[in-house]
Amino acid sequence: MPELYAATLLDIRDRLARGEVSAEAATRSCLERIHATEPVVHALITVREEALNEAKAMDAAGVDPAKPLWGVPVTVKDALATKGTRTTAASRILENFVPFYDAFAVEKLRQAGAILLGKANMDEFAMGSSTENSAFGPTANPRDPSAVPGGSSGGSAASVAAMQCFASLGTDTGGSIRQPAALCGCVGLKPTYGAVSRYGLLAYGSSLDQIGPLARTVSDAALMFSVIAGHDPRDTTSEPRPPLAADFVKRIAEKTDLSGMTIGIPEEFARADGLDPAVAAVCENARKTAENLGAKLVSVSLPHATRHAIAAYYIVAMAEASSNLARYDGVRYGRRAEHAADLGELYTRSRTEGFGAEVQRRILLGTYVLSAGYYDAYYRKAAEVRRLVRRDYLEALDKCDVMLAPVSPVPAWKHGAMTDDPLKMYLMDIFTVSLNLAGLPGVSLPMGVAGRLPVGMQIIGRDFDEEGILGAAHALERAVGALSLPNV
Amino acid sequence: MLTHEDMTHLSQLARLAPDKATLEKFSAQCDDILKYMDVLAEVDTSGIEPLYSPVRHTASSRPDISAKHCRREEVLANAPKTDGRFFVVPRIV
Repeated sequence: MPELYAATLLDIRDRLARGEVSAEAATRSCLERIHATEPVVHALITVREEALNEAKAMDAAGVDPAKPLWGVPVTVKDALATKGTRTTAASRILENFVPFYDAFAVEKLRQAGAILLGKANMDEFAMGSSTENSAFGPTANPRDPSAVPGGSSGGSAASVAAMQCFASLGTDTGGSIRQPAALCGCVGLKPTYGAVSRYGLLAYGSSLDQIGPLARTVSDAALMFSVIAGHDPRDTTSEPRPPLAADFVKRIAEKTDLSGMTIGIPEEFARADGLDPAVAAVCENARKTAENLGAKLVSVSLPHATRHAIAAYYIVAMAEASSNLARYDGVRYGRRAEHAADLGELYTRSRTEGFGAEVQRRILLGTYVLSAGYYDAYYRKAAEVRRLVRRDYLEALDKCDVMLAPVSPVPAWKHGAMTDDPLKMYLMDIFTVSLNLAGLPGVSLPMGVAGRLPVGMQIIGRDFDEEGILGAAHALERAVGALSLPNV
Repeated sequence: MLTHEDMTHLSQLARLAPDKATLEKFSAQCDDILKYMDVLAEVDTSGIEPLYSPVRHTASSRPDISAKHCRREEVLANAPKTDGRFFVVPRIV
């Protein structure tokens, strides 16, 4: 009998609902797995041992079949506010911050009966692609601990891949869900901008950030999304939309072929600099698999979605970050420098002591691109290019139903390989940032291996067509089967 | 090219004070990054309206009525220094 923690989310959910497994047993299994794997993986900043008592209380109250995640242990990226549980954004400046409210997505998980096991490690304020920029130390890739898990939701991806939990929530500003999912061999969904409320998300790039699930299967990710999606008046960018269909998850699970579907292949991505041959080979196989499943493949063009998108993305993200992070001043919450002579010194020293190097670098660049004399050349220009990126996508999606593209140009790299070269690290995001500029949804799923490391592909779709991309992903996942991947 | 003076000025605007060695390192790295941003100059954006947010709907406003979402002690609980009623900062005037 395999360990409980190795089950899929849908499986454990059904067994919990039928009373075959207690919430306590599921939680205990995950906590034991956390204790066994954390010394190597370090996926979590905070482990909630009290989850076990919460599970016991749920068992005592009895199964609630109306709750779609009743008794299911999950983790959440430490960028999401959790009432009564420390929320750090992996920053020294928030080392002891304990929110008095839940983020919308966390509230939804709790209402659905999920059990919060811990807060996942990340790059500080989600700024990074390797989870090495954490004030609490780096996370290791469960498939090969000498490699990074990707980022910035690297703790979430590693915690799912290491089977510490059945699913996690991450945030995706420029690929931060899809890329770590790809590098750790799990499924990650970046929903359409506006599909999930950002209330309670510690803001980085507000016009780019979106919360989404990481899980071990497409159906599991679909279930998590169905729980957290929905309108919330507390986030003015949350889209007022009717609720998802009641059989949303079932419809996705029923999608087993791609007949009648046209899939666009962005031609610029194949020509992009630095595409690893092993990743290119997985792309080629994925295209063949899609054809074998009945899809019609067409070439599409996204002329602004690679080099120009990287430049536009980093300008927009840094500009928004410099503004969003102005709130950390050592007055109302967070770290305060000792013995400051006046208020100005209090602000400056609290921020300098509290923020890590990458955060300071991005704040400085964001300040620069927004300053008088440079605003038009950088920020406005980036926003104009952003319009063109979205236009490219919409025109391409007129010719196809979804698009199939690589996620990361390379498999997971070794720790420390790029930490001294921020620009090189930024270029790792070449296939992911354009989607955030455009606001469109994308799902990353494992489609092959490069040696012992997983390689992921992403399915990109139209605004709010999460059902379409998850359905296509489900068909591909079924065709590819379980990948032979090592684990800690 | 970002000079040391530029970087010092930016740091002041951003309320940061990295030490001299860090600032020099930042300066070189920021220079590389800004040079990369020059690829945007290749794109003809004349007549293109900037896109600042992908939001599709018009944000609705709520009635301008004060609402109480939290208690004072909750808000003060994370503050580095309070007198039990207010945030306390170094003397300003």
